[in-house]
Amino acid sequence: MNLRAVGAIYKVEMARFFRTLAQSFISPVISTSLYFVVFGTAIGSRIDQVEGISYGAFIVPGLIMLTVMTQGISNASFGIYFPKFIGTFYELLSAPINFLEIVVGFAGAAATKALFIGLVILATSAFFVDLTILHPMAMLAFLVLTCISFSLFGFIIGIWARNFEQLQLIPLLVVTPLVFLGGSFYSISMLPPFWQGVSFFNPVVYLISGFRWAFFGTSDVPIGLSLLAIAGFTTLCLAIVWWIFRTGWRIRT
Amino acid sequence: MTTIVEIDDLKKVYDGGFEALKGVSLDIREGEILALLGPNGAGKTTLISTVCGITNATSGSVRVGGHDIVTDFRAARAMIGLVPQEISLEPFETVIRAVRYSRGLFGCKRDDAHIEKVLRDLSLWDKRNAKTMELSGGMKRRVLIAKALSHQPRVLFLDEPTAGVDVELRRDMWKVVAELKASGVTIILTTHYIEEAEAIADRVGVIAKGELLLIEEKTALMARMGRKTLDIELTDPVETIPASLSGYELEIVQDGAALRYSYDTNADRTGITKLLSDLSGAGLQMSDLQTRQSSLEEIFVDLVADNGKEEAA
Ligand SMILES: Nc1ncnc2c1ncn2[C@@H]1O[C@H](COP(=O)(O)OP(=O)(O)OP(=O)(O)O)[C@@H](O)[C@H]1O
Ligand SMILES: [Mg+2]
Repeated sequence: MNLRAVGAIYKVEMARFFRTLAQSFISPVISTSLYFVVFGTAIGSRIDQVEGISYGAFIVPGLIMLTVMTQGISNASFGIYFPKFIGTFYELLSAPINFLEIVVGFAGAAATKALFIGLVILATSAFFVDLTILHPMAMLAFLVLTCISFSLFGFIIGIWARNFEQLQLIPLLVVTPLVFLGGSFYSISMLPPFWQGVSFFNPVVYLISGFRWAFFGTSDVPIGLSLLAIAGFTTLCLAIVWWIFRTGWRIRT
Repeated sequence: MTTIVEIDDLKKVYDGGFEALKGVSLDIREGEILALLGPNGAGKTTLISTVCGITNATSGSVRVGGHDIVTDFRAARAMIGLVPQEISLEPFETVIRAVRYSRGLFGCKRDDAHIEKVLRDLSLWDKRNAKTMELSGGMKRRVLIAKALSHQPRVLFLDEPTAGVDVELRRDMWKVVAELKASGVTIILTTHYIEEAEAIADRVGVIAKGELLLIEEKTALMARMGRKTLDIELTDPVETIPASLSGYELEIVQDGAALRYSYDTNADRTGITKLLSDLSGAGLQMSDLQTRQSSLEEIFVDLVADNGKEEAA
């Protein structure tokens, strides 16, 4: 393992993040605050409680998940797409590193950023609602795993994309709808039976449900299933990354 | 002399089915400067990209310092520095950080003294904290060279290092190349400037249409293929070549003030003595004589043209 190379990639990627720290920091804080104003206060005043939890608190896990997933994807996909786009990718290919080390560097940095922003949102939320986290370790584990798996997913998208449109396509067309329909702002049990059934085909439901369980001890699906879902998704992403590594797909001509 | 890069029957067929390398075999000697010449699309960049790990070979093998570039890629690539043909740099990164990053990618420990030396040698030290997008084209190319030298490679590939570089800078670069050679680095460069190959190369290879047409010592090549011309300046200009001299390969130059005689330096007899006596026999008086050896450029153009003819035939 060429750890110095992994470190070099990680450092450069993080440097990009810190260069724009104000943006990285302010935009999630503002958008979280807006969510609380719109959902928590305006709608929450009518919904009152979901499963015995105040609506404002109820949406916190979903909000964090929503942000962490989209951040992980966009950070990692952009991070690896950018060198392809400007042509500096040759350097990664000609260096004595293997693809796994490239993945660890890029996806690791993307996951770190996503985690950081997730924690910022958590902190911001504490200003608006009373939060008690029942299972803090489980919460952290879920959060970290989600950051990692969605960064891996973003990495794959970045390798696959041939232009900026494609880079936006999957997050916009697939991920955002799945996340919004995944119970970020409501409990699946609030849906009519048919849509409840449909929801169980949405993998994001399992992630958000598990994450919410870590906060409040209640969930839409059993926690074991949630764990299985996140493990399955991570494994799938790793398998695809491994396949890309074997074949050099969209990397080496 | 030891061989540092062994290329054996290397073939490359691109996805679209285009055969860019048709079985190239080439031994590069440790410490030499090898210039690869060839027209656009000859396969020079493809050859370099394959050795450096950017392109997968279709068949054949490459060893660098005895390490196979596929099975032992880490050891092989650690020895190589690459300056690509296209200028591509992270625009927002500063020069020094970009160079440090390259060193890190190659798994080397941070070494500020070495980085400083490289940047100074390439006259980039003053620009070390400038963002790469603020540099001129020639400076950017030097940053690419600095990146390639950041990990002290033993083999350096320069893919058209002096394209779009002004004359002065080109000479500076030749100096850098000469210093690298003196420190034992093997250098392979591609170029379209024949005078560049002539000025700095030890050996010259010519590639056209995916084939290595020739590889030879520069001096031997020039001697073997070289033609010389003899310009005979006349005291009284002529308009036509006298009939008595029609047996010679002569042309009128300088508006009739001189006759140019071309001959092969390798021929047993150059025919010069006889020509000169025939000249005075034809009533022409000469005021001066000048010989000129044909350059690599002419050799190169001839060679590639011949190859084209053979293919057409
Ligand atoms: N990625 C690719 N896919 C398909 N064909 C390619 C690819 N890269 C190069 N080629 C083709 O392979 C041939 C050799 O290209 P290469 O870049 O190696 O030439 P070159 O000798 O470096 O030319 P130049 O002097 O213009 O740089 C060209 O015909 C080119 O069109
Ligand atoms: Mg080229």
